[in-house]
Amino acid sequence: MNIPQLIPVGDPSAETFTINLGPQHPATHGVLRVKLEMDGEFIVNAQPVPGYIHRMHEKMGENRTYAQYLPNTSRIDYLSAMTYTHAFVGAVEKAAKIEVPLRAEYIRVITSELNRISSHLVGWGAWIMDLGGFTPILYAFDDREKILDLLEAITGSRLTYCYYRFGGVCDDVDQTFIDGCKAFVPYMRERMKMYKKLVTGNIIFRKRVEGIGPISAEMCRKYGACGPVLRGSGVNYDVRKAEPYSIYNQFDFDIPVYQECDSLARYLVRMDEIEQSLRIIEQACAKIPEGPFQGKVPRILKLPVGDTCFATECGRGRLLVRITSDGKEEAYRIRLRTPCFTNLSLFEEASQGMMLADAISLMASLDLVIPDIDR
Amino acid sequence: MSSSIEQLAKEFAPLAVKEMVQLPPALVPKPAPAPKPAAAPAAAKPAAVPADPSVVGRVIPNPPSVAPTPAPKPAVAAAPKPAPAPAAPPPPPPKPVQIWKFEDKGLHLEVTVEPANVVAAAEIMDRHGFAIDAVTGMDWPTQGLLEVIYDFLHFQTGERVAYRARIARNDPKIATISKVFPGADWHERETHDFFGINFVGHRDLSPFMLPDDATYHPLLKDFKA
Amino acid sequence: MIESIFKFFTTEPYWTLTRSILYLVGICIFVAANAAYLVWVERKGAGRFQRRPGPTESGPWGLLQPPADGIKLLAKQLMAPPGSDKILFWAAPLMVIAPPLVCLAAIPFGNNVLARDLNIGLLMVFSFGSINVMALMLGGWASRNKYAIISAARVVSQNVAYEIPMLLVVITIIMVTGTMNLQEIIVQQAGGFWNWNILRGIWDFSGGGWGHIGGNLLAPVTFLIFYICMLAETNRAPFDMAEAESELVAGAFTEYGGMGFGVFFMAEYANIVVGCALATILFLGGWQSGLGSGFGTLLTSWGVIGTVIGVGFFFAKMYFLIFSVVWIRWTFPRTQFYGLLNLSWKILIPISLFTLLLTSVLLKLPRLF
Repeated sequence: MNIPQLIPVGDPSAETFTINLGPQHPATHGVLRVKLEMDGEFIVNAQPVPGYIHRMHEKMGENRTYAQYLPNTSRIDYLSAMTYTHAFVGAVEKAAKIEVPLRAEYIRVITSELNRISSHLVGWGAWIMDLGGFTPILYAFDDREKILDLLEAITGSRLTYCYYRFGGVCDDVDQTFIDGCKAFVPYMRERMKMYKKLVTGNIIFRKRVEGIGPISAEMCRKYGACGPVLRGSGVNYDVRKAEPYSIYNQFDFDIPVYQECDSLARYLVRMDEIEQSLRIIEQACAKIPEGPFQGKVPRILKLPVGDTCFATECGRGRLLVRITSDGKEEAYRIRLRTPCFTNLSLFEEASQGMMLADAISLMASLDLVIPDIDR
Repeated sequence: MSSSIEQLAKEFAPLAVKEMVQLPPALVPKPAPAPKPAAAPAAAKPAAVPADPSVVGRVIPNPPSVAPTPAPKPAVAAAPKPAPAPAAPPPPPPKPVQIWKFEDKGLHLEVTVEPANVVAAAEIMDRHGFAIDAVTGMDWPTQGLLEVIYDFLHFQTGERVAYRARIARNDPKIATISKVFPGADWHERETHDFFGINFVGHRDLSPFMLPDDATYHPLLKDFKA
Repeated sequence: MIESIFKFFTTEPYWTLTRSILYLVGICIFVAANAAYLVWVERKGAGRFQRRPGPTESGPWGLLQPPADGIKLLAKQLMAPPGSDKILFWAAPLMVIAPPLVCLAAIPFGNNVLARDLNIGLLMVFSFGSINVMALMLGGWASRNKYAIISAARVVSQNVAYEIPMLLVVITIIMVTGTMNLQEIIVQQAGGFWNWNILRGIWDFSGGGWGHIGGNLLAPVTFLIFYICMLAETNRAPFDMAEAESELVAGAFTEYGGMGFGVFFMAEYANIVVGCALATILFLGGWQSGLGSGFGTLLTSWGVIGTVIGVGFFFAKMYFLIFSVVWIRWTFPRTQFYGLLNLSWKILIPISLFTLLLTSVLLKLPRLF
């Protein structure tokens, strides 16, 4: 891998200036601030300053019952709300030993994967927009609209779904939804071909991402990076395979892994993941059984004392929910370990010596959602 | 997988605390019946804290009586009460080095280490190729304890290991592991924000998620918004 | 009375003055209308590229959008950031809009639609065209904003880098045509489209064969170089380093609001018009129809009607080029800065030097035999 060595000319400590990227900046997709110490166009040090939309979700978890807290989880990473509620619901189910009917698990897998595709589409479009290409994001939103319509029909909401319930899902899906998903799969595959022609093969795009922002597997390990960032560094880790939850072990899908460690690898991982999600949806739609969609759950839900950890693979990586219960209706402590937090934490080290525009490309390749960092 | 976990458990054993402080009284519903294979020293003093569940945690309005060190408290423990022999026997209290079934807890190994040993424990994790997952805190005001929980995962084997260290609530100090895992830097900073735990050796403990002028620690149980 | 006044201004000692004033007003209107409606074209075009309708609300097809934008910008307070250099700060918008206005004076839109028939029109266009970079640099520097200063530094190195290959390819044109008079260059391209400078060197249909005298075998390549440089000089995507909104917020224009920003915005489109007009003149035959010499003489001999048709051809070519500029903007992402400089210094300049050499050899070769 030929990574261009961009070393600032001269003594970097002699003449640097500080520049504030954000909190209101087009490339930070929200209110993230990055304190950049610059030597001309080269970054000497980049220190992210999160916390502008910190909402203390973890404290809220201590003041609410588990059911009341459930909608909170979909507000953390608003782009992959399904997988976030899945993590919380899964943790509670694991602690309370609630059985989930098979149909509900299928519905969860289908909706989670649809949500993952829509999340990747937004990340994809926003990335190209950060690189100065405006059109792809609107194409992405066009396709995402199809997913949102499907999910809206069954959940009633378009962004912050609160569809999963302890022991199942809120409402059953109908045949229209299943047919819609079945129709969506070939449609999206066609669109992926178009995306490949429009963006992946574009020479300017390749030059902007190829060899830019190297993040080694060792660095991922030290920082706990996850999701496409990790898989773009050649580590075959996906929570769906490593800690199989729900019924993911019943499906045939691959974990896309690229060894290049650069932004392009992360990009390709995301594009391939869309394809793999389509595969899962296809299989799940074919096999979804009849039956109840909601298991038996006690009216007053109290978890047994102790810790329970549950992780899911969200659009941006591994979300770990750790619930500590003292046997009451509310949790004693809820810890949310979010993927963007750890992914951004390596930005400081990874961006050293880069040019500003490349750092933007690197930041976009991390696919950040700011509420997910700040929680 | 299990063999490597056992290996890890062996490596962690010297770092672990000798005696577990049973944290929330509710965690020890009723002292388990006498025969306990390995956890005998730990289980001998489970009822150190009043067994009344209503005294737990955050419902206590006034600052709890703070023990200078966590260890002596269980030393004055009452004798184990005779078990009432319920239909379903309660689970045994966790041991300092506890191997869990992943399906139950989402963890393979959980260790309670001495606060002085957190860096050594992180080095074990590093040596075995674990990646840092999270660092967070937990507040036990009744016992006058703060707990720091370190979560680790292994990318190749999928193993999950967590270890925790308990420190005095009135002087929360613990060494930073950010020299071993740079990723702990942010987690520790956040934990300092939320719990006021001082990570000795950390490069920058200024408010992270909280406003720059924040002097409060919202996840402490006696913090009322 | 009116007739005598009319006669006074249209007879010779004063006719030149009247004509100049008329052209001045005409060019101002032309620039303003172009700037306004190219924004509309850009937004409509972007809408079409992005599967959405674009502006629709003000007027039919959103045609009143540009005046509405203009009124909004005019109604805004003009503010200079505290601590900035006020004189330079406000001089920059003036300096950025003036050069395209001046340049258009030398551009022949038709057979005799031309403000000043300058002998060195080409030189004038380029010398005024390069003031543009000065204005952006001043604006960025005077803004007292770090983003603007980074942008100013980028603009300077970018424009310097791209002025060189652009001038080199223009020199090949000058060598081939032997004149810097733009009208003269157009007249030389009369006849079929194979006589346009872009194709002239490849094959001579009048019997010259390959690479005949007066031609440049690599003329299409030089056109491509010219076009790329034109994109870069006008700071258009994919070379919009000056604005680079995802990196530098709005680059050199970050601190400008109201009409101060509006003028920069207009100047961008005015520069595109100048650039595309120049490309049309130098490579695509200007107002020549390209349909053969018979039709060409028709344009010159039919008086006003012929002139109008010629202007029509000119605008057709020019607006096609402008459309392609819009098209590129909404298709490609932005290049990275070193990629941009690499393209110029490592690819465009060597190629344009080679075409220069080739042209001069081809021009001199026949004299050897």
